Amino acid sequence: MIKFIVRRILVMIPQLLLLSLIIFVVAKAMPGDAVTGAFMGNPDVTPERIEEIKEKFGLNDPWYEQYGRWIGKAVQGDLGMSYAHKQKVTSLLAGRVSNTVLLAFFTLVVTYLIAIPLGIIAGRWTDTWADKAIVTYNYFSFATPIFVFALLMLFLFSFVLGWFPSGGSVDIRITEGSWEYVVSKARHLFLPVMSGALLLTYSTIQYLRNDIIDTKLKDFVKTARAKGVPEGKVYTRHILRNSLLPIAAFLGYEITGLIGGSIFIESIFSYPGLGQLFLQSIGTRDFTVVTALVMISGIAVIIGTMLSDIILSIVDPRIRVE
Amino acid sequence: MVVLNEKELLAQEKVNNPSLMKTIWREIKSDKLALGSLILLAIILTAAYTSPLFIDQLELKKVHLLTTYKSPSAEFWLGTDEGGRDVFSQLLLGTRNSFTIGFSVTLIAGLFGLTYGLIAGYYGGLVDNILMRIVDFLMVLPSLMFIIVFVTIVPKYTIFNFILIMSIFAWFGKARLIRSRGLAERELDYINASKTLGTPSWKIMFFEMFPNLSSLVIVNMTLTLAGNIGLETGLTFLGFGLPSGTSSLGTLIAYAKNPDIVQNKWWVWLPAALLILVMMLCINYVGQAVKRASDARQRLA
Repeated sequence: MIKFIVRRILVMIPQLLLLSLIIFVVAKAMPGDAVTGAFMGNPDVTPERIEEIKEKFGLNDPWYEQYGRWIGKAVQGDLGMSYAHKQKVTSLLAGRVSNTVLLAFFTLVVTYLIAIPLGIIAGRWTDTWADKAIVTYNYFSFATPIFVFALLMLFLFSFVLGWFPSGGSVDIRITEGSWEYVVSKARHLFLPVMSGALLLTYSTIQYLRNDIIDTKLKDFVKTARAKGVPEGKVYTRHILRNSLLPIAAFLGYEITGLIGGSIFIESIFSYPGLGQLFLQSIGTRDFTVVTALVMISGIAVIIGTMLSDIILSIVDPRIRVE
Repeated sequence: MVVLNEKELLAQEKVNNPSLMKTIWREIKSDKLALGSLILLAIILTAAYTSPLFIDQLELKKVHLLTTYKSPSAEFWLGTDEGGRDVFSQLLLGTRNSFTIGFSVTLIAGLFGLTYGLIAGYYGGLVDNILMRIVDFLMVLPSLMFIIVFVTIVPKYTIFNFILIMSIFAWFGKARLIRSRGLAERELDYINASKTLGTPSWKIMFFEMFPNLSSLVIVNMTLTLAGNIGLETGLTFLGFGLPSGTSSLGTLIAYAKNPDIVQNKWWVWLPAALLILVMMLCINYVGQAVKRASDARQRLA
């Protein structure tokens, strides 16, 4: 067990190194560099002076020296300066990170609140009208592109019905910490969260339905029934105990979907999070911020899949053999 | 005993083992929803691909100040956009472009993933191990972010670059799928027999293994086609897709970034959004039927 976990954590090290190397190469390929960007359009700074500064900051050194310096700084939490916002990338991210984490957290919670009961109903009462309705819903959530769905939600609930605000993360002129602040935050979160969650339920419902259908025909379930265990208890005690645990393990894999989705969702609902910052920074060619964001997302996915694998190995010992 | 000659035997064989295409067609015919989807899809695509015959594309690039943001009428079926251009014509051309791109990406990524997966599955062992570790790593990259970054930094950006960039991030899953089935296939007798006869490896892979995996490939490609069209329109919506001047369904939906258009000028973006939704659903229904056809246990017909 511990051997598996240690090995899985060790696999992360080459993954992280490779990720940083790829991002570094891509960052070098981005037009312009930090120095040229910072002094662009400033007539007082001559090209010779820019060369001097580049030399001073080591931008003319061989790539492996630059890479080593970059990674050394990144490990210490120094991600460079954003020239568009004229502040440190880390402090720029700090202001946004909580919004995105909040969005991702509630999206996951709502996804499971919808998906688990629906998956159980569809699996337990197969081929009833409820099952058919759930399977149809699953068809829709699988096929619908997230940006189309988010736009339709925005159009319907915000513009036509006017039930929810169309953008931002909180109303202005509300003091932080008050009850009103919480309510306003929740109202701003509702549509972005629902747009993501209603589509993200797909894999969980699909998995749960199939797994319950398989499990309910297994011998141990038949034995339990034959012993006279009431039907409700057969599910709670015997079937769900087996089927629900792996869902915890898929949590890490959902992070990939959440990161991709947040770019669309945050852009459509003008929600001030990391996804929106990413698009803005691409637009203003603020590549230090872009690099930092890609790096952070990559790390989040790598750690997420690692956690998933470890949880899965605890839940299902057969995995460990591989 | 009935004596059959060789010709009749072959004919009998054909009846007993219908081709995949025949099985798929039979499966679709027995599923009304899939049949309806296929017909609807055929209508949409025929309209989209024949549209350049009766749409003046040059006219669509001009700006007509007198007819900006007209609501739907007999002259402009779906109204006009900010440049006074007919939305309905743009919708048809956009469908054509979006479908072509989604299809190309699926094809390129499919071919590459197939070759990669076949090599890993055929050789197994160390080769498989190395190739699959690479795929494992690539799969954890935040691909949407990378696509956007690549689209921004590529010099001389064209449609072909866009298709290639999307394809780079679309083959991982296919490679994995083919590889896992290929590993099982390589243990079978016909492969060993062929190896003993001295058939070159590439011939075994593409002419002996591949035909046995083809149904898997077709199913996977139908199901990912919808996803790729969705991704293309999504990227164009964000402004990182087709170069400006080439319309996509995403271009029309991108107008909805402006709250005034979302609320008051629905005819510019809503039809495109609904059309994408309908196309995705149709492709997926057909795809599910194809999937059932490829697995005898799941067939309805």
